[in-house]
Amino acid sequence: MAELAKKPFPPGRYPLIVVGSGPGGLQLTYSLTRLGIAHAALSGDPVPGGMFRRWPVFQRMLSWTKPYTGFDRVSRAYERYDWNSLLADEDSNRALMAGVMDGTSYFPSRPEMERGLVAFAEGAGLQIRYDCLWESTRRAGDDFVLGTSVGEYRAPLVVFAVGVAQPWKPPTAGLDAVPHYGELRAAETYANRRVFIVGKQNSGFEIATGLLPWARQIVLASPSPTKLSVNTHSLVGVRARYVQPYEDSVLAGGVVILDASIEEVQHTDGGYRVRTRSAHDNATRSFEVDDVIAATGFTTPLQDLPELGVATFGQSRLPAQTPFWESATVPGIYFAGTITQGSQGLRKHGIPSNSGAVQGHRYNARVLARHLAETRFGIKLPRPKLAPDQVLPFLLAEASRGPELWHQRSYLARVVTVDRDTGILDEGIVPLAHFVDGRGPDAVAIALESNGRDDPYPVIYTRRRGAVTEHLLPPDPLLDFERDEHRQASSAALVEVLGESLTQPAR
Amino acid sequence: MATEDIADTIAGFALFADLSTPQRERVVHVLAEQWFAEGEKVLRQGLSGSGLYIVLDGAAAIRIDGVDRATLKAGDYFGEISCLLGEAPVADIVAVRPLRCLVLASSEVEGFLKANPSVMFRLLQGEARKVRNTTKWLS
Repeated sequence: MAELAKKPFPPGRYPLIVVGSGPGGLQLTYSLTRLGIAHAALSGDPVPGGMFRRWPVFQRMLSWTKPYTGFDRVSRAYERYDWNSLLADEDSNRALMAGVMDGTSYFPSRPEMERGLVAFAEGAGLQIRYDCLWESTRRAGDDFVLGTSVGEYRAPLVVFAVGVAQPWKPPTAGLDAVPHYGELRAAETYANRRVFIVGKQNSGFEIATGLLPWARQIVLASPSPTKLSVNTHSLVGVRARYVQPYEDSVLAGGVVILDASIEEVQHTDGGYRVRTRSAHDNATRSFEVDDVIAATGFTTPLQDLPELGVATFGQSRLPAQTPFWESATVPGIYFAGTITQGSQGLRKHGIPSNSGAVQGHRYNARVLARHLAETRFGIKLPRPKLAPDQVLPFLLAEASRGPELWHQRSYLARVVTVDRDTGILDEGIVPLAHFVDGRGPDAVAIALESNGRDDPYPVIYTRRRGAVTEHLLPPDPLLDFERDEHRQASSAALVEVLGESLTQPAR
Repeated sequence: MATEDIADTIAGFALFADLSTPQRERVVHVLAEQWFAEGEKVLRQGLSGSGLYIVLDGAAAIRIDGVDRATLKAGDYFGEISCLLGEAPVADIVAVRPLRCLVLASSEVEGFLKANPSVMFRLLQGEARKVRNTTKWLS
């Protein structure tokens, strides 16, 4: 029996196929299973974990899980503080990460993250066909046919959750011959060496941080200036964990941070010569170094999907997607996991979603599962009814403690519809772009937003006779949006949809 | 599009005509690429938090209260008035063909223009043309 369970889903036709067993694939297959949607889950890996089976190279995550918060670990509110656990309906599989961490850091180690994902897959009893590598894709009528290492699979719907972890280097002369981030040697082998890191994103600064006790000199270079997350108030920029090389640079400790294009990397007898050109003054510089490392990013391993018509954009070759993560150009192909960054949403104030990280895309997967259930499998999911006087406190509670809104700002929203016949219904979590650009009955959405400068603030969107209006609520330094000023501002916003008498809180 | 292809593409745009190759490369690193399907909204009338968009290829309509007023194509830009004044856009911008853009968040526009004075001058020329055309139309 155990043997059988190891090899579920033989080649054949299925209503839906999910490819991938990283956190994105695991969360989606969990959510689909709990909704009763039959599907095959396939993975080229031997076990769950995806990219976290190998990376980050210095073996500690950038996403935290805060063990003590004042909230019960199985509560929804706790998810705001736990960026790493996958989402489950049953308490036994919720918030698993805090239980596998040893307490030395609130950033789990890579092995702890991997253990947490394995524990989730096992605890939830997820059925996945491992060692089944997706190799090719073609169409056959309404079906997609996936060629895999164990045979052909067919389905009219396929969700790819294959990560954005294929190493990428720009076509700079000579850069193809240097190691990529993922090929870094053991840190001690860089002892007393001069190291040139191409790239000033988190991966470049992660390497620089790890090599600070070893390298004699570290140069970090790329054309654009370094951004820091503590300045952008978002995940855009280098995270605080990796800022130490920046301080070393400004206090003249031996790290050099350059805004310059890399013109050429030449192999020399003892190492490399790197030629740069400054974007400020056009000056060229030449660096003699022992090692060069390309921390130049990753692309999406879409294989032959672009030949099927899947449009991509950006350096990471992300597929362009609808608000519900369907390919914008090939209907029936969907995405989950970090690839859902390609569904950009409103990007208000230029701040992207957190879909590139577990704490963001785990919610996308749950919303996608519900969307597929309703639009592709004819399942009508229940929508809790709200009394008029419940709406305002419900929305403000979501803004204060709803983890979907906290982790996916300006991207996922809580929506309530108002209809004379059906009443006031909680529609659940919906992509904000779908709400503001779509049609539908009179409704209210609440999202949490950031402008890259101030504290986060709730925003209410009202839809009245098809016209959407934005209402910004004030920020609060204690992040409590259930105060009188928020009640008053919300009441004024809701009145146009709910009517004067419906916005008064219950007494 | 590959970064180096975008740098080549914008070499032909009036806005970036005075930049050197490394300066154009830096622009491409600073600005993000976005792709929009036909019919998808890029900017939304009345919603805060917009940005400056430069069209790389495709086409977009300027739509006010549901009526298309003009079409934008490669090399054109939009959202600059909203960014400069710190106000929500007064029009929807809607892709009428698959649209590829570079985008800069409104909060970064001032710093970007000050760091690239030749782009600021070219943008001013563009705004001057719009004012001239509007004045002609009004008279």
